[in-house]
Amino acid sequence: MKNWQEFEAGAVLFPFEKQGQEELGKHNNERTYTTNSSFTASVANWRVEKPVHNKEVCINCFNCWVYCPDASILSREGKMSGIDYEHCKGCGVCVDVCPTNPKSLLMFDNLESEQEALAKWPQKAEGLKKKSYRTEGGYNGF
Amino acid sequence: MASSYHLNGVEAWDGCTASAHALRQAQVDVVAAYPITPSTPIIQNYGSFKDNGYIDGEFVLVESEHAAMSACVGAAAAGGRVSTATSSQGFALMVEVLYQASGMRLPIVLNVANRALASPLNIHCDHSDMYLGRDSGWISLCTCNPQEVYDFTLMAFKLAEHTGVRVPVMVHQDGFLSSHTVQNVRPLADHVAYKFVGDYVGVHPMLDFDKPVSYGAQAEEEWHFEHKAKLHHAIMESSAVLEEIFNDFAKLTGRQYNILETFNMEDAEVAIFALGTTWESAIVAAKKAREKGIKAGVVTTHLLRPFPFVALGEVFKKTKAVAIMDKSSPSGAMGALFNEVAASLYQVQGSRHPVLSNYIYGLGGRDLTQTDLDRIFEDLSQDAQKGALTHPTQQFIGLNGPELSYF
Repeated sequence: MKNWQEFEAGAVLFPFEKQGQEELGKHNNERTYTTNSSFTASVANWRVEKPVHNKEVCINCFNCWVYCPDASILSREGKMSGIDYEHCKGCGVCVDVCPTNPKSLLMFDNLESEQEALAKWPQKAEGLKKKSYRTEGGYNGF
Repeated sequence: MASSYHLNGVEAWDGCTASAHALRQAQVDVVAAYPITPSTPIIQNYGSFKDNGYIDGEFVLVESEHAAMSACVGAAAAGGRVSTATSSQGFALMVEVLYQASGMRLPIVLNVANRALASPLNIHCDHSDMYLGRDSGWISLCTCNPQEVYDFTLMAFKLAEHTGVRVPVMVHQDGFLSSHTVQNVRPLADHVAYKFVGDYVGVHPMLDFDKPVSYGAQAEEEWHFEHKAKLHHAIMESSAVLEEIFNDFAKLTGRQYNILETFNMEDAEVAIFALGTTWESAIVAAKKAREKGIKAGVVTTHLLRPFPFVALGEVFKKTKAVAIMDKSSPSGAMGALFNEVAASLYQVQGSRHPVLSNYIYGLGGRDLTQTDLDRIFEDLSQDAQKGALTHPTQQFIGLNGPELSYF
């Protein structure tokens, strides 16, 4: 345990030991973070429902990536590559803004496996105009 | 590059003009402000200096005092010299952010032209706003006239930014009584003043991209206490740094300040302790009391936080009776200064523990007259002769209506 003299004045925290600019040029899973950073700490323990991503339906529009308040949408090479469950709080914004039919992200119980979730994926809903499910946000597949 | 401003050896300035010139000479990087009476001319003058090319830094107009101090916190964390000014209600609105600034150890300098707090609404001087900021983790410097406002504003940057301190600093001046009272002020030339303050030295600036830093982290019961203790320690240690700065300033200007200023205390049997412009008024009354055979003295402090407990205990060690004057409503207690002075008497060995009394005065700018001060010295003289109080401990003076006193 640190004593009061050992803390940095001003309660400031440093995510990298050195060469910050170089580190920031890398993908986050390739950076060397200090323990001051929450990158390696799970801050998702209170999540009840989780979003599951279905790459078969996804059109890689990145609406979810833009709207996620916790930067928990993972992407590589211009494609969505899943969810960072260490930081996702399960707010559901990504599902709400997903424009595909059926949606490419849906909320499932936190304990449900990805496989089971994908097996339950709904079919395309007929008779829904694109505009209505985008702007009203009411369609969630269930 | 900012133009330098031609100044005479002696200028006729009020406290606000003195502050504004000190901020200009310190070449502050960012001033974010929302003007409020009586501190308005500080910002007004600063704005004209900026528009006339005397300032290189940024001047940010914001939508409230909360936003003003928030912008100051952001700019200081980014890594610049930062300052603003306020009074009263504006100060009250800043309070939440004052704690952020001190907790993040950002060396912001805040000029406060002291003014009463509503309700009832009042624009005149008392020390309600000064007292409101007492526990905010800032160093509080008190001044008695426009010359001191100028000198202390320059010194405030040096104190706040000192690598062993890094605590924000307020410089208090009495609203109107100092802020709008024109007196002779002897300024330094621009380059001399800037050299005294020195270049800003950044500590963990956010704009250093090679070392990214997070400000404003949460620390719950495991670590919050340690950070507050560390801040308290830095504040307590800052008085030694201030004394060094006083000495450096004296070498430059011949004006030697002390944390405690005393008048005729060598042989004083009775004394008044007061802040701000009351210091000079009390000196006039003390001289008159001496003519009447009362061995009168006066004491003030330039430092409200950290409070100079030991030094004050020493000053009053042999005094027989002391009147402590509070220019703020105590609202259900003894005046705050009374409590501090009383505590200081127990910090030294061999104190005679003078008889203490508490005078509440001047709320909302009610004049303190020489007659009031004469009466206080008379009271003290009686107390000293008897060796005990000859009147209630806490008295409201200058109040219309029946006497109001307690204990």
